[in-house]
Amino acid sequence: MRTQVLIIGGGATGTGLVRDLALRGVNCILADAKDLNSGASGANHGLLHSGARYAKSDPHSARECMEEGEILKRLAPHVLEDTGGLFVAVEGDDEKYVADFPDLCGRAGIKVEEFSPEKVRELEPAVSDKTIAAYAVPDATIDPFRLGLDNLSQAMSLGSRFLRRTKLVGFDIENGVIKAARMVNTRSGEEFRVVADQYVNAAGAWSGQVAAMAGAEIGMLYAKGTLLVTNDRLTKRVINRLRPPGDGDILVPGGTVSILGTTSIRVDSLDDIRPTVREADINVEQGMGMVPELATTRYIRAYAGVRPLLTGSADSDRNASRGVALLEHAEAGLKNFVSITGGKLTTYRLMAEQAGDLICGRLGISAPCLTRTEPLPASEEWQWNEPGLAGKSWLNDHAEGDVLLCECEMVPKSGVDRVLESFDTSKDKPGLKALVRRSRVGKGTCQGTFCSLRLTSYLYDKDYLHGDEGVRNLSEFLEERWKGQRCILWGMAESQAELQEAFYCGLMGLELNQQVKK
Amino acid sequence: MTSKRIECDLMVVGTGMAGVAAAAYASARGLSVAQTGMATSIMFAAGCFDLLGVHPVAEGCVHDDPFAALAALRQDQPDHPYSKLTDKGIHEAFDEFVAFTREAGLGVHMRPGKNMHFPTPLGTMKTTYCVPDVMIEGVRAQEDKTSCALVDVKGLKGYSSQQIAAVLGDQLNVVGTGQVVFPEMENLAEVYPMQMAMALENPRVRAMFIERLRQVVGDAEVVGLPAILGLYSASEVMDDISAQLGVKLFEIPTMPPGISGLRLKEAYEAALTKRGVKRLNQKQVSKAELVDGGFRFEVGAQWTQYEIYAKGCMLASGRFLGKGLQTERTRVVESVFGLPVAQPESRDEWHGKKFLDAKGHTLNTVGLETDDDFRPLGAHGSVVADNLFAVGSILAHQDWMRQKCGSGLAITTAHKAVKAFMKK
Repeated sequence: MRTQVLIIGGGATGTGLVRDLALRGVNCILADAKDLNSGASGANHGLLHSGARYAKSDPHSARECMEEGEILKRLAPHVLEDTGGLFVAVEGDDEKYVADFPDLCGRAGIKVEEFSPEKVRELEPAVSDKTIAAYAVPDATIDPFRLGLDNLSQAMSLGSRFLRRTKLVGFDIENGVIKAARMVNTRSGEEFRVVADQYVNAAGAWSGQVAAMAGAEIGMLYAKGTLLVTNDRLTKRVINRLRPPGDGDILVPGGTVSILGTTSIRVDSLDDIRPTVREADINVEQGMGMVPELATTRYIRAYAGVRPLLTGSADSDRNASRGVALLEHAEAGLKNFVSITGGKLTTYRLMAEQAGDLICGRLGISAPCLTRTEPLPASEEWQWNEPGLAGKSWLNDHAEGDVLLCECEMVPKSGVDRVLESFDTSKDKPGLKALVRRSRVGKGTCQGTFCSLRLTSYLYDKDYLHGDEGVRNLSEFLEERWKGQRCILWGMAESQAELQEAFYCGLMGLELNQQVKK
Repeated sequence: MTSKRIECDLMVVGTGMAGVAAAAYASARGLSVAQTGMATSIMFAAGCFDLLGVHPVAEGCVHDDPFAALAALRQDQPDHPYSKLTDKGIHEAFDEFVAFTREAGLGVHMRPGKNMHFPTPLGTMKTTYCVPDVMIEGVRAQEDKTSCALVDVKGLKGYSSQQIAAVLGDQLNVVGTGQVVFPEMENLAEVYPMQMAMALENPRVRAMFIERLRQVVGDAEVVGLPAILGLYSASEVMDDISAQLGVKLFEIPTMPPGISGLRLKEAYEAALTKRGVKRLNQKQVSKAELVDGGFRFEVGAQWTQYEIYAKGCMLASGRFLGKGLQTERTRVVESVFGLPVAQPESRDEWHGKKFLDAKGHTLNTVGLETDDDFRPLGAHGSVVADNLFAVGSILAHQDWMRQKCGSGLAITTAHKAVKAFMKK
């Protein structure tokens, strides 16, 4: 395969960059070993930072967040909800930190407004009655899946390509010039080369591994964070704890749910990243000081991501500079390779702009960056990924016979069809896991108990699944859901899990089927 | 607030299989019985009764002879509830329960000492000990490799004969698959087992259904359908369709809650009422206490509606779905009496990393520990009360979902417990 720029990594940065370059007329291939947003870009709060969280530790990042937030609110309103945010201190929190907060925000250019505890409780009844101070900040929420999909969708409409399940295995390098990237399709095992003028490493937590294949080095640390999803939306606004960054200090609404985070634990390996019982408990026990209902509310799942941090940049993982690092690897003698790492979801566009400028400079292309001024188009097939929207549009109008397959999140047959049509199925046959990544299927209260068999039944009737593929698909899908369920299984969630096991193991013997195949 | 006082010999807490079995055995022995529960779990039943299908669980070893499996289980797991039972006791319990089920109007097939296998809606084969009449031809079709057509119904979600046939492969001799549009529901995008089952009890609708079925069955000797063949008179509905079409029929369970569980619930409720059991339906125990020589219960949700005095109690309240056990973030508790629950130290030990982990999940083996007559033990290891018994899935040291022994535990432990209570 031939292209101008090969981008490794389909997270926020990679999808942002492929759009940035496509708008400048550059043809790209974006490749990901798994799928879109499989790393930290798909495992975060979905918070569009006002910057207030960084006002003390990293004023430069705080200002970047504030500026980028304003740009996204203007140019991509459909991927975010302008909820506003609150910083709330409760009895026992550090009063010095509280007192310094408004000034620090002011210096970074972030508008804050002080609210009385009474006013906060009126606006957000779920906030603790032990609140002693509160400030409103311009936080918002963003759907990182929709963002990635919309960025990619526009780039593809301009001729760029996306290769999922395509893993980099090495580079062919001559005299510091990368001649080709050796890739493998992880499903089929097919090996092939991609020849490009420029190669970009946007692999997030895996950047160190990608750089190493080119003979370059990036010192990286991994900080794992775990977040919990509640069954109901508990607040209208983003609620931050007004104290130095710590566990369970933020509650971010996302459509019909809320997301509680975040723990921070240093890990050595990127394998087997999953939320643990201990991390779930820490989040709940810390979060309930700020929003007491977190002690009793029902959780539907948890997830974990890894924050990639550059070594030697800070005294602690939470305070580590999350600023943008653009590495040209001159020390390794490389001429057409660049790594873009660090940063955060809120500043993804700026990172892509900076990388785009560098690459275009190298390619001798003078077209300016357009993402700062051009609105991000909404791609309609991704509506099945937006909480609540699928249901609304189905209720308003649907074709005869277009019944719901996922009843919790209201995804109908046509929604599943549209998502499948977005793949070139002659080359790639996505299963239920890929559907989950691109829609709300299986993300509701039942966590796949009922919709998974409805989906496989539907896909057999469509002649899409054959033989025992449905059993494999179903098992993978349930295991993927389980990763997120295991650590929040108490109360109603446990009853639901018992029903799921009674059905799939008690009746269907799915666990036996697995074993026969071994 | 009105309070109605009931006095009885035995209070049965729970309306799942264990509660039904306990009420049936006790009423048959002339005891006065009160029963309360929400009937949550039985609605999810597939209609068959398992005894023991898999042992050891970690090896996924499926057994055709449940009594051979029981012998091995008693060796390997002396604390399993089945280790407190003899083969003779198990045979007697099943005989009595199957007879009661027939008395309730549901035909059941049991092959003493032998397990059976039938197809599931996923296309896997399920191992069980007794199947209802409406499923037996599916068991035989698999054994005899009879030529078989699988037919589904347009608009019934989660049930595809294509899927069942594809996954079953050569386990069943499927010569064709087809679909019918359910009569008088042509304009519905979605159809439900309950509506269709009720409609098929009407001879006029049934006649139309038979004609549509005739178009798709081809020359198969036996036809598999989703479980929709009537609610109150399933055997008659099936026999009629079978006679008119000239083929044998069998049902495959649909996604729960389906009609299979509802049939059990309706039939058992009617049969127990007929036997004089005082059923306090859709109600939960709000207070339970030991009083002089027996028990006192308050039953009712918002306000007390019943005050029950009983000489003995069968706790057949189930697990998490049935709410006999409840999980809090840090522990498992028993809901009615607050009895001690044998459980691991931390929630981290409750579940394995994989849902389909061959070993199963530790949480599913927590529950109540009892003496040999199924009387729960208190904190100090002695029985809580002479006439308090715990039966069915609430018992510790079993994994009914992985061992495929849910109904069997209910049927056999209730039998021994009721007999023990009678001796007192």
